[in-house]
Amino acid sequence: MNDGFENMNRRRFLTHSASVIASGAAIVALPAARAEEPKPVEDPMRLPGILPRPYGERSPFEKQQRLGGAGPGAPHGWGANAPNNFNSGTPIQDLHGIVTPSALHFERHHNGVPAINPAHHRLLIHGLVERPLIFTVKELQRLPSASRIAFLECSGNTWDGWRDAQDVTVQDLYGLMSTSEWTGVKLSTLLEAVGVRREAKWMLAEGSDAAGLDRSVPLTEEVLNEAMICYGQNGEALRPEQGYPLRLFLPGFEGNINVKWLRRLKLGSAPFMTRWETAKYTELLPDGKAYQFTLVMEAKSVITYPSGQQQIQPGFHEISGLAWSGRGRVTKVEVSVDGGRTWLGARLQEPVLPKCHTRFRLPWRWNGQEAILQSRCVDETGYSQPTRQDLVKVRGTNSVYHYNAIQSWTVERDGRVRNLYA
Amino acid sequence: MDGYVTYMHKPMVAGVVALLMAFGVVSFGRSAEDGTEYGLGRPATEREIRAWNMDVSPTGEGLPPGQGTVKQGAQVYATKCAACHGPTGVEGPKDKLVGGRDTLTTPKPVRTIGSYWPYATTLYDYIHRAMPFNAPQSLTPDETYSVIAWLLFQNQVIAEDTVIDAQTLPKVQMPNRNGFIPDPRPDVR
Repeated sequence: MNDGFENMNRRRFLTHSASVIASGAAIVALPAARAEEPKPVEDPMRLPGILPRPYGERSPFEKQQRLGGAGPGAPHGWGANAPNNFNSGTPIQDLHGIVTPSALHFERHHNGVPAINPAHHRLLIHGLVERPLIFTVKELQRLPSASRIAFLECSGNTWDGWRDAQDVTVQDLYGLMSTSEWTGVKLSTLLEAVGVRREAKWMLAEGSDAAGLDRSVPLTEEVLNEAMICYGQNGEALRPEQGYPLRLFLPGFEGNINVKWLRRLKLGSAPFMTRWETAKYTELLPDGKAYQFTLVMEAKSVITYPSGQQQIQPGFHEISGLAWSGRGRVTKVEVSVDGGRTWLGARLQEPVLPKCHTRFRLPWRWNGQEAILQSRCVDETGYSQPTRQDLVKVRGTNSVYHYNAIQSWTVERDGRVRNLYA
Repeated sequence: MDGYVTYMHKPMVAGVVALLMAFGVVSFGRSAEDGTEYGLGRPATEREIRAWNMDVSPTGEGLPPGQGTVKQGAQVYATKCAACHGPTGVEGPKDKLVGGRDTLTTPKPVRTIGSYWPYATTLYDYIHRAMPFNAPQSLTPDETYSVIAWLLFQNQVIAEDTVIDAQTLPKVQMPNRNGFIPDPRPDVR
């Protein structure tokens, strides 16, 4: 018994080593490979390992990366393949738990990522206030801070759901969302400092990127209680792609309004009607009218394993995915393997936080027959994630943004997983 | 609020909540004495605010002096905009700016300035801050007003002899001004 076990291990080890050597050679062959990059060795017990490094890197065996894509229907790729590449999607099919590594956090920007020296960056708060103030980044970091783990989702995430189903990955369909621990100063702390006038009902937030992105934020109780001016992400400074050195964070609200590279907040009595909240982030309905200021991301869920373009074998699989709601906590996730005829409750992995990705899991044994995998969630307001049919009945197919219908993956007899309809 | 309870001291959260509730959203001004409690941040001068205050509201607030005509706008557009938006604003490859009227209820709606944008002032706010794409904030106020005049004329929103400036722009009635409704969700049951 012992021998058999050892032999099995040895065989695995050998197979493993072969691939190790192959990929090791590939790394060395790359001209850009850094001299200190750790080289895999055949037996790590017979050679001293590398010494501590000032800034850690993932194992050279880990190759997950963001997926570059320019817009609805545009080709994916990087650099010359996508010259107007302004978004990138998180590889959610490869991630564990709920937190997105900062280096894999999705991106969406509207004229590149600015290079900002935090020592020169300022935040101006003015408009309908008693005392217009200018803060340095260091001053903001001295104010009472708050941290919160919450999701951030582009309202255009899953925009392909409005169209006919394409054979794509879950990263392609659902990659424009991530979860981080966000740290900063609460907006309410700053508004108290400037003294908001009675007639102020809206706030313009403006970024210092080349798009000068500006959005109007309603000063609702929810916003006043929860909005943050963030400088931290997952324990370190914000990544440049996430707004370094300052961003607005509005838990549960569509990504675009979480203005990055924040330089100015202006209090006003009415919305400012910027291009982003009129021409762009509005949802066209079948009758030609459009929803406006649809800020909250409604409850949504997706199975990340098994998911689009993956290949599975008959036998045991743990179905796993993410559920989230901009209105609060996810209270229930159910999974179907027969296209919605029967549903089973999935286990929610702790912590289950409001306005945060929640990991769900369900053990499953695939018998090799065609299966249709779906997940649906309910949030603490009682809202149930809709079917695509119900969603399209109300909104039509020209909305572009805020698609949140139940996702279906077909597992074909050969084990290939395909997007049935987004 | 709930989200913070896990990560902050609960008494502190309760204190913040009590403070917010006590003063309410609209009476923040009354707590002005507390504002300087931390002694952080410095007063912004009028000059600093003027330099940063670049947004334009539907009322016209924020529009600078200057003016533009359709004729001048045609030149500005041809030089600075046509390469991305096409010779007449309908060809692309980037956002179509002209046309699209009566397409919003069709399977292929074309959302342009003329067919979709509800406020003409948004044109100033956006073009000044973000266009041309490779040189944002490079257009003068006169150039900006001019290219707006041309775009509105091409979309048959204004007459060819209209002069666009801080007084006339907020008065321009956009065709889709009443095309938007506030968020009614949850709308799917």
